[in-house]
Amino acid sequence: MITVALLILLLPLLSFAIQIFFRKFIESKNGEWISIGIQLTTLGLAFYLFAVMIGHYDPHFRIEENVTWFNLGNFSLEMGILIDNISVIMLLVVALISSLVHIYSTEYMKGDIRFSRYYGFLGIFTFSMNGIVLANNFFMIYVFWELVGLSSYLLIGHWWEKNSAADASKKAFITNRVGDIGMFMGLMIIMTVLGTLNYQGVYTGIASGEWEGGIGTLFGGANPHTLLTWAGILLFMGAVGKSAQFPLHIWLPDAMEGPTPVSALIHAATMVAAGVYLTVRIFPILTPDAMATVAFIGGVTAFYAATIAITQNDIKKVLAYSTVSQLGYMIMALGTGAYVAGFFHLITHAMFKAGLFLASGSVIHAMHHALHDIKDHDTDAQDMRNMGGLKSKMPYTYLIFIVASLSISGIPFFSGFLSKDAILAGSWAYASTAHEGWLASMHMAWILPFFGFGAAVITAFYMFRLIFMTFFGESKRPDIFEKMHESPKAMTVPLMILAALSLFFFYTIPSINPFSTHGWFSHVIENPGTVVNFGSTFNLEHFEHANHEAHMPAMILSLIVATLGIGFATLVYLLKKVSAESLASKLGVLYKGSFNKWYMDEFYINGIIRPFLKGCDAVALFDMEYYDHYLINGAGRNTKKVSSGVGVADDLIVDGAVNFSGYIFQWLGWSLKFIQTGRIQNYLIFALIGVVAVFLLNAF
Amino acid sequence: MADLIFWLFWGLTVASASIVAFSKNLIYAVFSLLGTFIGVAAMYIFLNADFVAVTQIVIYVGGILVLLIFGIMLTNRITQTVISESSFQKMFGLTVVFAVLIMVLIPVLGHTWTNGEPMAFQETIHQIGTLLFTDYILLFEVASILLLGALIGAATLARKER
Amino acid sequence: MGYIESYLALSAILFVLGLYTVSTRRNAVAILMGVELILNAANINFIAFSKFVTHSLDGHVVTIFVVMLAAAEAAVALAIVLNMYNNTGHINVDEANSLKQ
Repeated sequence: MITVALLILLLPLLSFAIQIFFRKFIESKNGEWISIGIQLTTLGLAFYLFAVMIGHYDPHFRIEENVTWFNLGNFSLEMGILIDNISVIMLLVVALISSLVHIYSTEYMKGDIRFSRYYGFLGIFTFSMNGIVLANNFFMIYVFWELVGLSSYLLIGHWWEKNSAADASKKAFITNRVGDIGMFMGLMIIMTVLGTLNYQGVYTGIASGEWEGGIGTLFGGANPHTLLTWAGILLFMGAVGKSAQFPLHIWLPDAMEGPTPVSALIHAATMVAAGVYLTVRIFPILTPDAMATVAFIGGVTAFYAATIAITQNDIKKVLAYSTVSQLGYMIMALGTGAYVAGFFHLITHAMFKAGLFLASGSVIHAMHHALHDIKDHDTDAQDMRNMGGLKSKMPYTYLIFIVASLSISGIPFFSGFLSKDAILAGSWAYASTAHEGWLASMHMAWILPFFGFGAAVITAFYMFRLIFMTFFGESKRPDIFEKMHESPKAMTVPLMILAALSLFFFYTIPSINPFSTHGWFSHVIENPGTVVNFGSTFNLEHFEHANHEAHMPAMILSLIVATLGIGFATLVYLLKKVSAESLASKLGVLYKGSFNKWYMDEFYINGIIRPFLKGCDAVALFDMEYYDHYLINGAGRNTKKVSSGVGVADDLIVDGAVNFSGYIFQWLGWSLKFIQTGRIQNYLIFALIGVVAVFLLNAF
Repeated sequence: MADLIFWLFWGLTVASASIVAFSKNLIYAVFSLLGTFIGVAAMYIFLNADFVAVTQIVIYVGGILVLLIFGIMLTNRITQTVISESSFQKMFGLTVVFAVLIMVLIPVLGHTWTNGEPMAFQETIHQIGTLLFTDYILLFEVASILLLGALIGAATLARKER
Repeated sequence: MGYIESYLALSAILFVLGLYTVSTRRNAVAILMGVELILNAANINFIAFSKFVTHSLDGHVVTIFVVMLAAAEAAVALAIVLNMYNNTGHINVDEANSLKQ
């Protein structure tokens, strides 16, 4: 089992190495099929793991293998593989979507100048993502966390000749760093107190009271409960960055500058889900306050991103904000305690959102070719205002769009309904039962179901707005429309697989009831509850009970709101009973706010980056004008003055003495050189003088 | 009469020695050296040293002086009628030499040298011969080896390089 | 004639004249002449002291050796002078300074 897991982990790295190091040999010879073969092998191994897991059919199925990475005195770090139900399901999803994207890309990326590199980067991304999934401790997850950040950076910037792509890749990387710093601080807090980062070690450490005992005088003898809240929130910050939660969501829409298959794989289905996955892993150690924070951020993100998605005209931007919104759902679910629902939504969302993205890629691909055929290089191939009526031209893509949209809108018989309904029920249950956590104590718990249902309406609305604008009505650009045609098989087949996986019965087996909440999934994934047994704690039994109660009303309400959203979209965009323009002008400020993404980027630039730069300038000015000028340079100047004084003294006294003695001997030598004539007769005379002198000395 | 002759030779010696020392013409100097040697020989006679006087005449005049004249002739162009020879540091040398003279003369004149009566004249050749082969036999033999060495050395040095 | 001082004075004069010749002449042969003067001055002293002071003939013997040495010296010195003339074309001792640093 461990060997299989290691193979799954390392095979994509092999693919990366082959694509990067043997690029010249394979690029022009269908080298991408090497990567696809490796990826399909990985998929097969993931299926094998899945089969084993299903064979056990045990919520506590768990295989762990640990090796010590290195020891530094008392400090040691471990590397290990953890195979449990969650990681196996995640592995399967990653492997599946990665394989489909690999195949899809053969057509989509055909003729790209860095084709081989693209496949190499897909390989390293898959490797890193598998690493996150298979890690058994928080440190290892952090390592792979940064690796997926890197591969995301590389893939967003795949077309780095475009400034916007280069900027987007940098933005994504830097924004992620902000979250990662929080995550790292959280890791350090846990490491300091418990001395381990292994999941199970941390859980048992907290459950057994080691956490309270371990703090001692650390952190100024902090309150263990408060410290754990902060540790949870800081770890969650990593998820905020990676899963594009408010307020660090700004990078994800820009990341759409990358190739569309990459958007599907990384920025919709898998990498952004890593944040949710991390939250799943830290779920047991979250205190009620931390959970309230998680839920609130998730709820805000879900609602906020949905409102932006309404007004976007770029087909990928709509999907990007939709992704942010759906990720918000998952996070909110985990925050409210609806653990299973949150993880379930991760899986279902991965399928239908990958489908949506790849389908939009199919549309964009067709648009590109059409634009290329009519030699139009200025029109934006992603702008929905240039589309319309594509239903007849691209029937498969249309069908897939419909399936995936129904799924995301939460319509029965589709997977999205199951998971979304569970999330909404969870938020309802949380609002009705929660007594712990700041959200409840401020009597604001009901805001979460409000966010949830509100976002559900809007989701249904904007998804069908997208469909109606793209596939229905008259084409706004008949010249392009003429040239459009369905994408090749390599693109449509993966789409169909993903669309099929958006159907309910893959998740409800063995039941075939589309409203069932008792499929295999909810059997193998079990809410672990909390390990926090001091201070205020999350009461799992209480929650499950309320969840059961809330299930029916939430389901009915969610059905109503989904229908409402779709109906309204039909009215506005299909039947044109209500003019979108007049609606926009009536809403005025709201419309503008939404269209401009609620000015979040502007807020960051004007509210944080510019003041920060100004502050830097001011500090730099202070540094140069005062610190450098007076203190450093002043000290330098004074030293120089003293030195020159000392130097003068040196010149005059010390050197003077030295030079003077030198001069004496020079003078002596100079004067004596005249008697050293080299003439023997001179010497004779001098000898005679000596004789006379001796005589005179004797005589007197 | 004898005094007069003594002082004549004394003056001859000093005068010719002065020419040797001060003459600009080397030929003059060499020939006035002859006068000096004769004067010194006369002094020996006045000092009752007949053999030494004769030796002086024979060796100095007949040997060394001829050798010196050969030396001058061999080292100057035959066309040069006046073999003038410059000298240097004349005043300096003169001053120092004069000081040395004073220095020597002070003890010479200010000291009583005589030890009883001067030795009366006697025939010296026989006694000198006896002395040479008795008391000074070793010196005599060494001198003969020295002369042999000087002979060979002079011949070797003066010989043309082959 | 009857006083030793007259001989010693002559000897002194000859000595200083010889010294002067040795120390001021440039010509090597002239210097040899100065050396002969000095040797003669010494010889006069030997003979004079022999007569007036020691009353023996030892001074005569020494004088004979000195004369002999002078002859040997003159022979070797002239050989050197000739050699020097062959090598340099002159016999000026103040120019014979090739050993000077």
